Amino acid sequence: MKYSSQAVAKLYFMAAIGLFVGQILFGLVLGLQYVIGDFLFPAIPFNVARMVHTNLLIVWLLFGFMGAAYYLVPEEAERELYSPKLAVALFWIFLVAGALTILGYLLVPYAGLAQMTGNDLLPTMGREFLEQPTITKIGIVIVALGFLFNVGMTILTGRKTVITMVLLTGLTGLAVLFLFSFYNPDNLVLDKYYWWWVVHLWVEGVWELILGSILAFVLIKVTGVDREVIEKWLYVIIAMTLITGIIGTGHHYFWIGTPGYWQWLGSVFSALEPIPFFMMTVFAFNMVNKRRLNHPNKAAVLWAEGTAVMAFLGAGVWGFMHTLAPVNYYTHGTQITAAHGHMAFYGAYVMIVLTIISYAWPIMRGEKAANKRAQVVEMWAFWLMTVSMVFITLFLTGAGVLQTWLQRYTDTPLPFMEVQAKIAPFYWMREVAGLVFMIGLALYVYSFFAKGESSGDATPV
Amino acid sequence: MSEVFTKSMARNIYYGGSVFFILLFLALTFDTMGTLPKQDNRAAITPQVALGKKVWEENDCIGCHTLLGEGAYFAPELGNVYKRFGNSTEAIKAFIKSRPVNGVPGRRSMPQFNLSDEELEALAQFLKYSSEINTQNWPPNIQG
Repeated sequence: MKYSSQAVAKLYFMAAIGLFVGQILFGLVLGLQYVIGDFLFPAIPFNVARMVHTNLLIVWLLFGFMGAAYYLVPEEAERELYSPKLAVALFWIFLVAGALTILGYLLVPYAGLAQMTGNDLLPTMGREFLEQPTITKIGIVIVALGFLFNVGMTILTGRKTVITMVLLTGLTGLAVLFLFSFYNPDNLVLDKYYWWWVVHLWVEGVWELILGSILAFVLIKVTGVDREVIEKWLYVIIAMTLITGIIGTGHHYFWIGTPGYWQWLGSVFSALEPIPFFMMTVFAFNMVNKRRLNHPNKAAVLWAEGTAVMAFLGAGVWGFMHTLAPVNYYTHGTQITAAHGHMAFYGAYVMIVLTIISYAWPIMRGEKAANKRAQVVEMWAFWLMTVSMVFITLFLTGAGVLQTWLQRYTDTPLPFMEVQAKIAPFYWMREVAGLVFMIGLALYVYSFFAKGESSGDATPV
Repeated sequence: MSEVFTKSMARNIYYGGSVFFILLFLALTFDTMGTLPKQDNRAAITPQVALGKKVWEENDCIGCHTLLGEGAYFAPELGNVYKRFGNSTEAIKAFIKSRPVNGVPGRRSMPQFNLSDEELEALAQFLKYSSEINTQNWPPNIQG
């Protein structure tokens, strides 16, 4: 580790992994509720478990992004972090606020939580992924501003690189777009229109900038390829991301009361959205092939390549599958959407956070890479989690195709609940795949404690 | 990538492309805002409907249901439930009221939310309003 203040990232990464475990446990609960409808009812109804599952995901990814920024920004800027104390303080504020919010979901009926937290004053709750009480949302804004200030001051008073400037743009976009979560008009169409400015412009916009810059940073470190080459790739990838992704928002404006021209715009531009993800795959493999050194951290290289491939499959291919308006007319809001959501989030964002953790954690512990046995365990975890996520996605896709057919496409459509009963075998298989994912995650956690022979230093190719 | 294509060219595409498409998106948004009054059924948004939306949100209905196809996929689409229930707000209210507190053994069941009569009526009116938004003929059929 070049700068001692990079170590604050450790706290953030630990919290991220802890919350990740919680997220998966609730995922298993949800999967079981799909087939045993009264599981944990009425103590933890489906909607509560789902809020916990999705909110934990968002919060731990944010912890991961912040940890990544605290780790890589000093190294890129070639100076200590502007204020490590602020970084630690914001960590605890965010963790406590997050934990209280999750406990609120679990211990108080949601309507009671809304009342307790004064949702009447500024109603923002009860919209998908933005279920947090308004006061928590304000807390998120404060933490985000403090974080941006800290990282921004470090970047602007140090060496400016393409990686840090792209990262800062992405993080600023993340904070600014989140402000739309406070806009909740009575008009449902307007509500939905601007809700997507948070949700779509995050995951198919500014988050991809964050993803690209973290990936570029790790690739420079583990391949030794010239920075100029990597930065050029980064520019092209994020250019394509924004060129396709911004108007690509239109694929959410097909059926929510918005004008018909969005069907054309949304279809055409979002059909191009796989391009930046494909370029990312070509980029990652090219850089590894052209490597100038053999880095001892094989696991980090595997995560980096895995991110590129799985992001392309999950976000690119599975997104394209249902993004054209004539197809989406039948698949909108079915298990096809769930299938895409799972692999896209895992492939793009879960995996990039695990990539930077894999690369940075051993260095923060004073080694170049984790010991050989720990890396083998970590790579097993990689394959178990990744392959089981592929199967989760395939089973949900199977469920979604049947659901679309039985409920939407035939001349004799069946009611929702009847269709759900017919596709239950797919849900059972998804739950089994989820258990394998949990085993992979347990191995992943174990890999941090596994002892073994040192994996040595980097060698020239 | 070849030497002909330089880093500054890549940077220019990034800046130029982003700015162009952000402006285009804002222009389209401006046009959409002008078109919406004709199709988003805003005339039907009474204080009661607004209250209904708040009841919808404060009970996290979106955590199980979809509304115009967005939300969770655990329970039926509700954007057209008013029509599916025979254009009847009474049927919607009766369904919500009748949910057993302890659920149905082995099956999915909607929780009992203990809504007041005022809240129930408002929620039903909100769902009626939602069903009358022009959604380009989505969903494909009455089953949602």
